[in-house]
Amino acid sequence: MDAGLVAAQLLNGLQLGVLLFLLASGLTLIFGIMDFVNLAHGSLYMVGAYFCATLTEATDSFLLAVALALPATALVGAAVELLVVRRLYRRDHLDHVLATFGLILCFDALVQILWGPEGMAIRLPAWADGQQHLPGGLVFPTYRLLIIGVGLAVAAGLYVLVAKTRLGMRIRAGASNPAMAGALGIDIGLLFTLVFALGAVMAGLAGMMIAPITEASIGMGNEIIITAFVVVIVGGIGSIRGAFVAALLIGLIDTMGRSFLDMGLKLVMSVQAAETSAPALSAMLIYILMAAVLAFRPQGLFPPKTR
Amino acid sequence: MSRWAGWLLLAALAAGPPLALAAGQPFYVDIMTRLVCLAAAATSLNLILGHGGMISFGHAAYIGIGAYAVGIPAYYGIYNGWLHIVLAVACAALFAFATGAIALRTRGVYFIMITMAFAQMVFFAIVSIEEYGGDDGLVIDIRSEFPLVDLEDGLTLYYVCFAVLLGTLYVVHRVARSRFGMVIEGAKGNERRMAALGFAFYRHRLAAYTFAGALCGLSGAMLGNFTNFISPEMMDWTRSGELIFMVVLGGTGALFGPLMGAAAFLLLEELLSGWTIYWQLPFGLLLILVVLFARGGLAGLLEGRRG
Repeated sequence: MDAGLVAAQLLNGLQLGVLLFLLASGLTLIFGIMDFVNLAHGSLYMVGAYFCATLTEATDSFLLAVALALPATALVGAAVELLVVRRLYRRDHLDHVLATFGLILCFDALVQILWGPEGMAIRLPAWADGQQHLPGGLVFPTYRLLIIGVGLAVAAGLYVLVAKTRLGMRIRAGASNPAMAGALGIDIGLLFTLVFALGAVMAGLAGMMIAPITEASIGMGNEIIITAFVVVIVGGIGSIRGAFVAALLIGLIDTMGRSFLDMGLKLVMSVQAAETSAPALSAMLIYILMAAVLAFRPQGLFPPKTR
Repeated sequence: MSRWAGWLLLAALAAGPPLALAAGQPFYVDIMTRLVCLAAAATSLNLILGHGGMISFGHAAYIGIGAYAVGIPAYYGIYNGWLHIVLAVACAALFAFATGAIALRTRGVYFIMITMAFAQMVFFAIVSIEEYGGDDGLVIDIRSEFPLVDLEDGLTLYYVCFAVLLGTLYVVHRVARSRFGMVIEGAKGNERRMAALGFAFYRHRLAAYTFAGALCGLSGAMLGNFTNFISPEMMDWTRSGELIFMVVLGGTGALFGPLMGAAAFLLLEELLSGWTIYWQLPFGLLLILVVLFARGGLAGLLEGRRG
């Protein structure tokens, strides 16, 4: 096996992992704190990508576009929370699933109305568009390294926010006992809106970062959101640390499985059988992992301590 | 009241297709065939979701399994209808039994997610088997062959599907009214009480889950026969969401609820998509409004209860 190829795929897996973390961290916060199943989280990922694409065209600067699109996505998230989600906290999970499914339909149609059915590509600035020569003779796209760097930085920032700041303290209080936190004078309604907007920002950021690679398109969030749910479940609902570990784990498993599973299978079965079963098996790998975790450790790999 | 509406709808469905043909509108026969197949699938979901409180978010997988149980033999030139039916029901039941045995160990949102994960496994397995068309799907050149009955005739196919719907309604009604049905309904209400009363309801739930899967496999086989073209898209997670919507729209646990829900769903889809290409927007808004304000669904509205 070519060591360079393995290293490149490891980096690709890491890149998928940090994107998944950006989606899953918001999802797991909303899940853990509000006990709310938000299927429409992927729509915010899409909205972020479209905002960024339009603003890049308008301002001619990708960085400026990201800086403007982040608060815009936060506003959309806050609006969704105030208009719809807020009314559903007391309902059961079936209602959450259905209402947010309706939100997905609305978002997909709205994006089609505003931006048309075609996807939107984002052209990268010259400084981000090249290749980097890494130690060991490895060549890797600059922009993908940038995604990994930004993702890890956001993860560190989120850790500091939740563990070290007053807002983080309130978030943790809201997670462990919302009624008690409310009785102690924390504005729970405002806190929930903030958490939802924070989740929207991170989902939007993930969409903005992937859009230059894949382009912004309708329904782009509908597949990755399912993978993000797998991350949340495997990591343990409500646990940011769990989401981080699980996101990297799943990003790596998915990428490595798709690249190298056929080689592994060829060791134990015929070449032809390996080549036919490897694609199916590698696509199923993360779901097998999730089913195994749910069957044997339903609380996830890193359940939050305070629950 | 809702019973009457249900019977009325059934009568309309029984008399409708010949009238549509007489009026020179074969298009309506197609819609009604799809309606009848989806209503049967939604009715099977109602058994576990409405009566048993098991929110399966992967029910479309059984439609897919049933459809591919027709398509794959047809791909090899095997058109024996009885074989197709036995294969569809057996495969769906087997899959439901195997996955249900694991999934039913979990509760709440974990159950929603694990059923979805299993459905995604089937989805990706089919997507990656290129022999059977993969992503592009599979054309069924000749429909299932039965003695005396020719499914190539649109009207005959319709009445066979209609018979499947009637059969599904009947058995779901009988099962729900039986002692067995009372046990799963009781376990939905209060698990500890049922356990204290001495019911090992896990086995009842697994049996109901398996039975619902088998029934849905049958309706999937009919749907595959009708469309003549099957693809993994039939079991996309959004399809499972639509099935849940049909059940909730009609009214969970009401015998004719899923039938009314499926009828309303297809009617809306046709009306709105004829009215605007952005039909998903009013559709999604309606879904949100139903969740927020009409919890009993259509059956509930007809009975005059809300929320």
